[in-house]
Amino acid sequence: MDFSFNDEQQMLLDTTQRFLGREYSFEQRHKLLESEAGWSREVWKQLGDLGLLALDIPEADGGIGAGPVGVMLVSQAVGHGLLLEPFLSSAIVATQAIVRMGSNAQRAQWLPAMASGDLIAVLAHDEAAAGIDFSRISTRATRSDAGWSLSGSKSVVYHAPMADLYLVSARVDDGSLGLFAVAADAAGISRRELRTVDGQRAADLAFDTVRIDADARLGDEAGDRLAAVIDCGTAALCAEAFGVLDRILKATIEYSRSRKQFGAPIGSFQALQHRMADMLIQFEQARSMMYLATESCSDTDAAARRAAISGAKALIGQAARHVGQQAVQLHGGMGMTDELDVSHCFKRLLAFELRFGTTDEHLEVCRLQLQETVRQ
Amino acid sequence: MDLAFTPQEQAFRDEVRAFLRDTLPDDIRRRVHLGDGSQIKQDISRWQRILDEHGWGAPAWPPEFGGTGWSKAQQFIFETECALADAPPQLAFGVKMVAPVIMRFGSIEQQQRFLPRILAAEDWWCQGYSEPGAGSDLASLRTRAELDGDHYVVNGQKVWNTLGQFADWIFCLVRTDSSGKPQRGISFLLIDMKTPGISVRPTRLLDGSYEVNEIWFDNVRVPVGNRIGDENAGWTYAKYLLGHERTNIAGIGASQRELRRLKQMAAAIQRNGKVLIADDVFATRIVQVELELKALEITNLRVIFAEAQNHAPGPEASILKIRGTEIMQRITELQVEALGARALIAESAEVDLDEEVPRAAEAYLNQRKLTIFGGSNEIQRNIIAQMILQV
Repeated sequence: MDFSFNDEQQMLLDTTQRFLGREYSFEQRHKLLESEAGWSREVWKQLGDLGLLALDIPEADGGIGAGPVGVMLVSQAVGHGLLLEPFLSSAIVATQAIVRMGSNAQRAQWLPAMASGDLIAVLAHDEAAAGIDFSRISTRATRSDAGWSLSGSKSVVYHAPMADLYLVSARVDDGSLGLFAVAADAAGISRRELRTVDGQRAADLAFDTVRIDADARLGDEAGDRLAAVIDCGTAALCAEAFGVLDRILKATIEYSRSRKQFGAPIGSFQALQHRMADMLIQFEQARSMMYLATESCSDTDAAARRAAISGAKALIGQAARHVGQQAVQLHGGMGMTDELDVSHCFKRLLAFELRFGTTDEHLEVCRLQLQETVRQ
Repeated sequence: MDLAFTPQEQAFRDEVRAFLRDTLPDDIRRRVHLGDGSQIKQDISRWQRILDEHGWGAPAWPPEFGGTGWSKAQQFIFETECALADAPPQLAFGVKMVAPVIMRFGSIEQQQRFLPRILAAEDWWCQGYSEPGAGSDLASLRTRAELDGDHYVVNGQKVWNTLGQFADWIFCLVRTDSSGKPQRGISFLLIDMKTPGISVRPTRLLDGSYEVNEIWFDNVRVPVGNRIGDENAGWTYAKYLLGHERTNIAGIGASQRELRRLKQMAAAIQRNGKVLIADDVFATRIVQVELELKALEITNLRVIFAEAQNHAPGPEASILKIRGTEIMQRITELQVEALGARALIAESAEVDLDEEVPRAAEAYLNQRKLTIFGGSNEIQRNIIAQMILQV
């Protein structure tokens, strides 16, 4: 049992926090939110210069290979900073997909460019009707003369507008699930760009017999490895959410100390004190579940990994709902404005709850696992 | 970061498990499993003697007083494994509450007189804190102790005295000065329960059990030598004691045991043509509390780790108390719901309450106390707020 972090992990956290503290103030972020692109390529390149985009690339591939704990710490800082850049999408999820499924040639082709910030890749997997059930993926890949032909649609793909490369999950003729690398500018892709509630950029993607090369598939059957990629991505998303919870809780405590009504700080009123105590409890429980999710990323038992990470996503999702709503309430009218941290954190927490499977979907994963183990 | 116990801690856990398997008497194990408190004094005392003979009578004491010298992690493992094995909990009032105060603030004479008898279960201790007008606001207590030569004369009433019907000794907070701030005039006395003038009256609880008492003091003469530390400094000692009552405050092992029982019930009980665990709504309720318990277990381990690193204590103990008690209460609710109307059978000459119907409703009713005693959960929230807000 050891809850400390080693020097390298601590340094990653410090580096990220220092950089975001300097370059990503509320005002700087607000400008980006209002800008045409909605993100900063300059910040992105700087993250690359700091090595943070190579965080989850193995050392053998020229990366840092920081492992799940390093990913957790940096993701926490990224969440705390409410980063708009595609850190989770490209540097964690897409990176892991290529690391776990790509051939040597594919790894060599993409990973160095992703590490430097020159190439952005995103996983295009979610479909509106499929939920978290891989068997419901309806995008299809069929063999064609020169390679593959891809048809189908993907829903709310975060950071698709700025991506150069899509990693698209699709059902293959032989019944397997495949993952295919498709250039964002390939013919036959139509893209409806979206701004999400939490201020990030995304797109609905439609693939109409998109022709891709024969070597565009990553590995063969993708199911188990894609599940691992998404589970570990979910763990990183949980860490992001924890960073947001940290920011919104501290902002609420600070506000209740300074805001005066009836001649006293509102934090002196017991009705509000007890709510903040409950927020802190949920926050600390969320931290524990984040640790569990992080540790489970390395679990070789896929079912155990799944159940633990789903459990974390569900419990942190509930904490996000509770803490977020209470934070807005405790800020009173100011919580309703666009001018303070609290509303921006609140919207990011909403996105956390709904992305990578809702709280209910993850509770169901745990429920099915319980029923299976109890019946045995 | 590593959530797993170290190899040494795992080896220790194996040792505790083997000890419990080989040493915990079957009849005690069975009564604890069934929630049968009919021989609670004998069971707790017998088990304490077995532990003591093995050198494990006081997990949290330093070796110089006969304790194990275990780390906090080892204590956590021991408590958890004991609960999972249906061992009776040690009598907290002696081993966990008055003993640390005697070790820290008592005289050498008091240490030599009382501590070995606590270890060997020769004295049964109880606590005299709460009064009719002093619950959460404990400092307003009014039981008086007036000096008369080399004795105090104690008059007053204590309530919610747990298992005092068996007690040889009671540790009491009494008022020795009413002139200043309420906290300043309190002293900490050890009182022999056989002293003339003490009467014990049972308070029957909602589950039908008899585990708490009112204790009346009518001109009870207590030697000055039975005072801990200085006169009027008792509040300090009481606060120190509270800090020691918290080593197992989350009750992880007990909740794990009751969760295991809940799952066994859900796997066996038929409802609406299927086994209860196949009911998706009920299974989801179990999952919810299981996740919360898992999170709290990790939170508890984090607190233990931080203590070992000498981090200054924050509001952790209150978090563990609030969440631990809420989780245990939730599990007892679900046990009652699992049984449905059969949980309502309170007593019968013809239905075997041990085998046929677990005492789920009794436990549900009784465990409502968890969020009330030991500093109510509302008081705990006040403590958390004061620490994080400092307004």
